[in-house]
Amino acid sequence: MSSYIGKSVKRVEDRRFLTGKGNYTDDMVLPQQTYAYIVRSPYAHANVLSIDTAAAKAAEGVVAVFTGSDIPESIAGVPAGWQVDFKNGDTMKEPPHPLLVRKKVRHIGDGVAVVIAESKTQAKDAAELVEVDWEELDAVTDPRAAVQAGAPQVHDDCPNNMCFDWELGNPKEEVNAAIEKSHHVTTLDFVNQRVIPNAMEPRSAIGHYEVARDYYTLYTTSQNPHLIRLLMCAFVLGLPEHKVRVVAPDVGGGFGSKIFHYAEEALVIWASRQIERPVKWTADRSEAFMTDAHGRDHVSKAEMGFDEAGNITSLRVKTYANLGAYISTFAPAVPTYLHGTLLQGLYTTPKINVDVTAAFTHTNAVDAYRGAGRPEATYLLERLLDLAALEMGRDPVDLRRQNFIPAFDGVEQPGYQTQVALQYDSGDYHGVLDRGLEMVGYADFRKEQAEASSRGRYLGIGFSTYIEACGIAPSAVVGALGARAGLYESAQVRVQPTGKVSVYSGSHSHGQGHETTFAQVVADKLGIPLEDVEIVHGDSEAVAFGMGTYGSRSLAVGGSAIVKSIEKVLEKGAKIAAHKLEASVDDLDYAEGKWTVKGTDRSIAFGDVSLTAYVPHDYPEGLEPGLDFSSFYDPANFTYPFGCHIAVVEIDPDTGKVALKRFIAVDDVGNVINPMIVDGQIHGGLAQGIGQALYEGAIYDDYGQLINGSYMDYCMPRADDFPSFEIDRTTTPCPHNPLGVKGAGEAGCIGSTPAVVNAVIDALWKNGHQVKDIRMPLTPERVWKAMQ
Amino acid sequence: MSYKITLDVNGKKRQMDVEARELLVDVLREKCRLTGTHIGCDTSSCGACVVEVDGLSVKSCTTTAVQVDGSSILTVEGLASKEGMHPIQEGFKEEHGLQCGFCTPGMMMTTKDLLAKNPNPSEQEIREALEGNFCRCTGYHNIVRAIQYAAAKMRGESPASAA
Repeated sequence: MSSYIGKSVKRVEDRRFLTGKGNYTDDMVLPQQTYAYIVRSPYAHANVLSIDTAAAKAAEGVVAVFTGSDIPESIAGVPAGWQVDFKNGDTMKEPPHPLLVRKKVRHIGDGVAVVIAESKTQAKDAAELVEVDWEELDAVTDPRAAVQAGAPQVHDDCPNNMCFDWELGNPKEEVNAAIEKSHHVTTLDFVNQRVIPNAMEPRSAIGHYEVARDYYTLYTTSQNPHLIRLLMCAFVLGLPEHKVRVVAPDVGGGFGSKIFHYAEEALVIWASRQIERPVKWTADRSEAFMTDAHGRDHVSKAEMGFDEAGNITSLRVKTYANLGAYISTFAPAVPTYLHGTLLQGLYTTPKINVDVTAAFTHTNAVDAYRGAGRPEATYLLERLLDLAALEMGRDPVDLRRQNFIPAFDGVEQPGYQTQVALQYDSGDYHGVLDRGLEMVGYADFRKEQAEASSRGRYLGIGFSTYIEACGIAPSAVVGALGARAGLYESAQVRVQPTGKVSVYSGSHSHGQGHETTFAQVVADKLGIPLEDVEIVHGDSEAVAFGMGTYGSRSLAVGGSAIVKSIEKVLEKGAKIAAHKLEASVDDLDYAEGKWTVKGTDRSIAFGDVSLTAYVPHDYPEGLEPGLDFSSFYDPANFTYPFGCHIAVVEIDPDTGKVALKRFIAVDDVGNVINPMIVDGQIHGGLAQGIGQALYEGAIYDDYGQLINGSYMDYCMPRADDFPSFEIDRTTTPCPHNPLGVKGAGEAGCIGSTPAVVNAVIDALWKNGHQVKDIRMPLTPERVWKAMQ
Repeated sequence: MSYKITLDVNGKKRQMDVEARELLVDVLREKCRLTGTHIGCDTSSCGACVVEVDGLSVKSCTTTAVQVDGSSILTVEGLASKEGMHPIQEGFKEEHGLQCGFCTPGMMMTTKDLLAKNPNPSEQEIREALEGNFCRCTGYHNIVRAIQYAAAKMRGESPASAA
């Protein structure tokens, strides 16, 4: 029966989604529910001189209108969840992020008032009657411009718009000297453009205050309901946590954007308390574009030094990170501990220094978006490697191989200590490259490419051999780095009297298929049918605690917590079994759902033991009844998936249009529980990474207007923008968690972007255009211009 | 001013009063409480709201309810029959054509229209037919496989041959 792990079990959650019976936040209607619509700033930077709500309050169906002045001073703004202090020891600048702005708006979409009405349309109609007297001010949107003297100030008490600066790696002098001494230095100025996560379900929140119980319930589109409860109760509204329940029901995608605590969540709870009725707010897509935390937005200069033989000697990186107008929950960690720490890549680079300046601008907040810092690091490294190969006349594959860290399993051989703080757990980097080359047919491709060039066709191939850090994260480590939360996970395994099993997980599935993957683990470990396992998540009332899903952590951390609880169940079960079988615990084996006395046919089934635990008439002395265990699992290290992504493109030399002909991804995510689900995670990540390379990018103009804030203007990738992906895996187990798993949610998005851009550069270079860089997204216009 | 309209929704006749500006998607979600049809955008771009109106796929977020007075509407809730899941639903499950599930109802209703017009579409034809539907989870890879599965099954062939 032990046969689920490693199988492509079809998803148990699918039925409700396929029949229209999913339960997303906006699908819910509570008795007496009202609807909120938020009046938002049309300016990036403006003084709010006055707000007149009289007409709105008098409009049909309006229940209440609140502005920032109605919210008491005692209610703090939305807090940052990570603190990164200045290099000189000064504390990170953490300006207030109010639920509704009183005096000054700082980005398009900043909320100034909320209108609550009996219906959605009444709220929206009345919102148009709210009259705001704005005084528009100059804005700054570029992080480099923002830190210059004289730039418009986002917050009065944050001089030069600096949030913090930060440095990691070898001392700057050593790295400078190594760069100086290098035989060849490849230098690039990068823009890793801002992208918009675009989960298909817009954010939504329902606040429900029950007067009679003095109890609050928040339904919200969140990747981590427990963290939202903690932040909202302890830091924003000052509510007692035991009087607050947060539920994240079915959630329609997140990609990072639903990790964070948003003002609207606290606002609907506060407003519900005021009017003593439930308040629902659902973003329309335009609001989502303006206010869902964005991703990326780094401007960097990176230099990679090589010796005469092509060995990498040094890497120097200066990055300006755009945080937007306010600090979103995990924003400070993204350009620092999720970016700088990944700059070792797969290479033995002996000297690395990374210097980061994080700036406020008059734009929406930027935070973790699928990959979060790791795509930005990978983009720098992998672009530099392919460009260096072109510049030095080397093959990009050979140049990588020469510099790869040799294989290590983390058991017999120790982990690899990088120059930038991390210790990789296990890896075999040649393995993924070998498989990728085999799949693409590298030698043949180069012949085909040369032949195509002779006929005026521009073919190109681009590589990316990436590593990432996920399975986030050891609490003590992240605590030392500034996290204001632990990053363990919890799981409760409750064996019911009849041997059926309910599992309460602090992880949150918003598409990842936990209800299937986790059940496979439980069913296998207990030797029971999959149908006997139910996974419960997303409700602070049901699940003791949880840190949620992001950073490809659910299986590596949340799954490990489940395994810990299963071990406790089996340990106690063995005592009961031993009593019933009149044997010693040491004489028992557990397999296929029963305990057996070694060398005999005397056994007792799991369900009989569980029934005994709840009907303890004939029971071990001193043992408590029941079979129900909780565990918290705090990982020993991050996990380090890696892989090789290869893009093959053809450019139309007349128009500059890039056609992605093939995309090969060989990823090593450690052990795999459900290959079908892991493949799906890779596919989705690839689409987002390729989307950034070719199609996507938020555009703020000089006035801070988001000029492509709709699907008519922002290029969301469509089905015919992609070929079918060609993917495969190697398996290097994680040595430090019980399942040997590393995480697969972000890999596709981390590796793919530079492979595509490298392929375009390769195509141009091989056809006489020695172009070093084209800004993403690689639109036909930009590619065509680069060829002129 | 409100209008009295009659809709046949998933085989059930419903009479209701609607405002002139009231969108079909809001009527389905709020008046009929059929929340399988989703709202993913405000520009008629994403396709999460696609339903079938008199046999044709339509974006219900840019159709007013009064426009379709007297019509037959099929939503995702009406796709399965007593005999079981529709081949399109089966294809999405078997080929892992959904992750978060939010775009899935619209994807399936668009697929239904496609397969009615073209029972044996090529991969390229499938990808082009999905131009009006966004998915952010799957990279469309397995949605294509799901539609190939459904097409084969609906042609009476073994779905495995589609892969």
